[in-house]
Amino acid sequence: MNNRWLYTIPLAIFCVLGIYLGIGLTLDPKQLPNMLDGQPVPAFDLPPIKDRGAKGFASTDLEGDVTLVNIFGSWCVACRTEHPYLMKLKEQGAVPIHGIDWREEDPDAGPRWLKRFGDPYTLVGDDPRSKAAIAFGVTGAPETFLVDQKGVIRYKHIGPVNDEVWKEVLQPLIQQLRRNGSQTGGQKGGS
Amino acid sequence: MLKRLLLATALLFAALQPALAVDPAEVLDDPALEARARDISKGLRCVVCQNQSIDDSDATLARDLRLLVRERLTAGDSNKQVVDYVVSRYGDFVLLKPPFKFATLALWLGPLLFVALALIAAFAFFRRQRAARAETVAAPALSDEQKKRLDDLLKGDGS
Amino acid sequence: MTAELGHFTLILALCVALVQAVFPLVGAARDNEVWMGLARPTAMFQFLLVAISFGCLTHLYVTSDFSVLNVASNSNTAMPMLYKISGVWGNHEGSLLLWVLILAIFGAAVAAFGRNLPPALRARVLSVQSMIAVGFYLFMLFTSNPFERLFPAPINGRELNPLLQDPGLAFHPPMLYLGYVGFSMAFSFAIAALIEGRVDAAWARWVRPWTMAAWCFLTGGITLGSWWAYYELGWGGWWYWDPVENASFMPWLAGTALLHSATVVEKRDSLKGWTVLLAIITFSLSLLGTFLVRSGVLTSVHAFATDPTRGVFILMLLIVVIGGSLALYAFRAPKLVSSGLFQPISREGALLFNNLVMTTAAAAVLLGTLYPLFLDAIGGGKVSVGPPFFNAVFIPIMIPMIAAMAFGPLLNWKRGDLVAAFGQLKLAAILGLVALAATYMWQTDGPIFATLGMGLAVWLAVGTLTELAGRARLFSAPAGAWGRFRRMPRASWGMVLGHFGLALAIAGMAGAGGWTKESIQTMHPGEKVELAGYEFTFDGASEGQGPNYTAIVGKFTVRKGGDEIAKLVAEKRNYPIGGMPTTEAGIETRLAGDLYAVIGDPEGEDGAYVTRLYFNPLVVWMWIGAMVMVFGGVLSLTDRRYRVGAPKRSRAGAAVAAGA
Repeated sequence: MNNRWLYTIPLAIFCVLGIYLGIGLTLDPKQLPNMLDGQPVPAFDLPPIKDRGAKGFASTDLEGDVTLVNIFGSWCVACRTEHPYLMKLKEQGAVPIHGIDWREEDPDAGPRWLKRFGDPYTLVGDDPRSKAAIAFGVTGAPETFLVDQKGVIRYKHIGPVNDEVWKEVLQPLIQQLRRNGSQTGGQKGGS
Repeated sequence: MLKRLLLATALLFAALQPALAVDPAEVLDDPALEARARDISKGLRCVVCQNQSIDDSDATLARDLRLLVRERLTAGDSNKQVVDYVVSRYGDFVLLKPPFKFATLALWLGPLLFVALALIAAFAFFRRQRAARAETVAAPALSDEQKKRLDDLLKGDGS
Repeated sequence: MTAELGHFTLILALCVALVQAVFPLVGAARDNEVWMGLARPTAMFQFLLVAISFGCLTHLYVTSDFSVLNVASNSNTAMPMLYKISGVWGNHEGSLLLWVLILAIFGAAVAAFGRNLPPALRARVLSVQSMIAVGFYLFMLFTSNPFERLFPAPINGRELNPLLQDPGLAFHPPMLYLGYVGFSMAFSFAIAALIEGRVDAAWARWVRPWTMAAWCFLTGGITLGSWWAYYELGWGGWWYWDPVENASFMPWLAGTALLHSATVVEKRDSLKGWTVLLAIITFSLSLLGTFLVRSGVLTSVHAFATDPTRGVFILMLLIVVIGGSLALYAFRAPKLVSSGLFQPISREGALLFNNLVMTTAAAAVLLGTLYPLFLDAIGGGKVSVGPPFFNAVFIPIMIPMIAAMAFGPLLNWKRGDLVAAFGQLKLAAILGLVALAATYMWQTDGPIFATLGMGLAVWLAVGTLTELAGRARLFSAPAGAWGRFRRMPRASWGMVLGHFGLALAIAGMAGAGGWTKESIQTMHPGEKVELAGYEFTFDGASEGQGPNYTAIVGKFTVRKGGDEIAKLVAEKRNYPIGGMPTTEAGIETRLAGDLYAVIGDPEGEDGAYVTRLYFNPLVVWMWIGAMVMVFGGVLSLTDRRYRVGAPKRSRAGAAVAAGA
């Protein structure tokens, strides 16, 4: 009789498997973790896009205030959904938003898109070869990074930024960072 | 529902580009460096595709990663440095061959464990067989009374 | 109207399936002949209903009825008729309908041809089969109805993914499903046996044809998929260890083990618990595969558009079917008493070895496939498991088995003589080593596994032929050899072909995996490229057109030693509706290897194009080897001993004596 329990082993293995499969249903296998959380923004220096003057967008521009860095492209359908909300944020003046125009084959495409749908960005960099995008670990657009006053990445949002994301995540985090940043000495960023 | 279907299929289309992956324009002049680049590319996963290396994939990000690999090799990075850079951006997920570290111990040692279990199972199986055989061989000896009954029965059949 | 008919028959089929699932099973427990007798007619009726439903969906596709959502999402008037039909199963809902159709086909087949099964066993088998079907009907009717209407109906539908518009791939799903859904029959037999509390030689005899048929289809289906990937995806690869490929490969591994294990049950009344467990595991892996493809849990090239609610439903199905069957196993398997004893070195021992190796291999593949999910679930981060892992793990596990495959048939039942067997295999060993050395010297730059693979392939091929020759006493008594060959039972020929076919396939894999030569460049018309001793000349490109695509057509001439040996035509097609390009490689298949050309985009204005040229050694041997294996399986199926005079439930001895 001592080997009767051996016959229950397949069932036991399956139970464990079933639990993991169930958990797996709640996960997204394609969502990559933010490798740069808590790390300084990677160094980049992007040229400007057309019709926006001579100044491009570089990592050195990201100090002094909390900022949002938004990866977008004229080819990106979801960016269009996000765009009106970014325009609204710009009007409110809540936080400076910089843009990285990613993977544009045609140098006129980005400027045309911004002219058509509005331009919420303070600075825009042209990144046709994904140099900055890869440095940020970007896999798709839109993605938005929250960078603090010292140029450290504090949060990465994959997908369009909407009201829910702003109110529940970004805005509180920005306020907290600004509060802490204005204190002398303290560098107690939230995570 | 339809929209979700369309989006999902559009993503599938975008990701599932058939090959014509490495463009002659990307090929480096130095064949040794190019060979290293191909080698590295074959080991890096295209993160916007379903299941391809950046060497096989036609996706734009894959192409840009291939160019990045070549750039860094030309700048003098070692193979390990190039791979480490990409991993620092995208995580271990980007490696097609899972790294050998604590988190993947179960993965790499698992098959060895299975082999060991199989051997144990076989061993236990034969041991039980031998025990079963020993049991049937060692039949209990007949008592005197049983022997007498047996003789009677046999004599009874004979006559 | 047709859509409603299809939907209605599906609902009816569910009702019939419910009857079929309950009454015969209860009838068998209570010895109620009337209720047991319900099994056959309900199985036939269920098949009829599902066939009508499937026919309705096909009709909707053929007539391009875009008022049905499924048709509008996957079909288009411009598509050729073949792909309108294959579009029926080229999507999630339609493929589920194909699933239940095949479940019903196997059920009806047992009802029709299983006349020599004892009524109680047949009743139980058909009941269990029907229970599985009930689960799938519910799944379809609640979450994945192929007959859902679309209002307003569009003028034209979207298109079937252009990659799927291919004759090879049109037949890949039906064949694959006939395979791994076919294993449901072995599963049903196993469950019926557990319920009855009895597994004997007769049971093994009855199970084998259905398992063999499913195995043949699965082997064919996997090969078809591989072959398609090779010529369609444009870089000469044929296996990617993609999760969905693994999902079909794991049942194949377990199914092969099952076939071999059932032989021991039949001939030697042993390994009963193992065999029943394997039957459960094989089909469980099929179900798991279904889950992986449709739930969105893993990323894969093949995955259908995924939906987590569907995933939950399938998981429930999995828990009920697999959990239930393994619980039944835990409870009832100890009752199965095996009487046959054997030494570790014996034919049974070799088959047990096969059992263990195949199961270990399947477990390793499962581990690799699911590991990313496990790690993520426990918060350990994201990791991906790609071909390097699988190759590093799978190949070493298989090597001992391939080596043992030559020994197995030479060993006697019960107690085998390894030394004598090795004596017979001396030639195989020598030739194997010669092949190894020759390959190594000729192609020093290949991976070690490829060289080893060639050696093993020769070892297995010669070993199999040695056993065949020995059986016919070809060299010891050549006079009567021909007669002995003719009198050999088909099942034995089946085994010889199965093993020999595998040897061919391994040689092909070694060649194609190890020594492919590639050349990427831009070519102007008239330019030549040297590759692997062949000279490829680009003859220029032109515009072409098909029913629903435009194409760039590139022509190449291949010469060897100055003589023209092939003309290759490669295309790059653009499907405006589907929106994505496909490559059709120009391939010339030769025994030594394939000449393979791919045309890309134009470069500049003067007629130059990006081209990729390949020489893929020994590729065709993989397909030939696989076909030989399938042919061997079919031959085994036609062995009269399976079909005529399947034994009644007599004493075990009679059945064993009847076996070879």
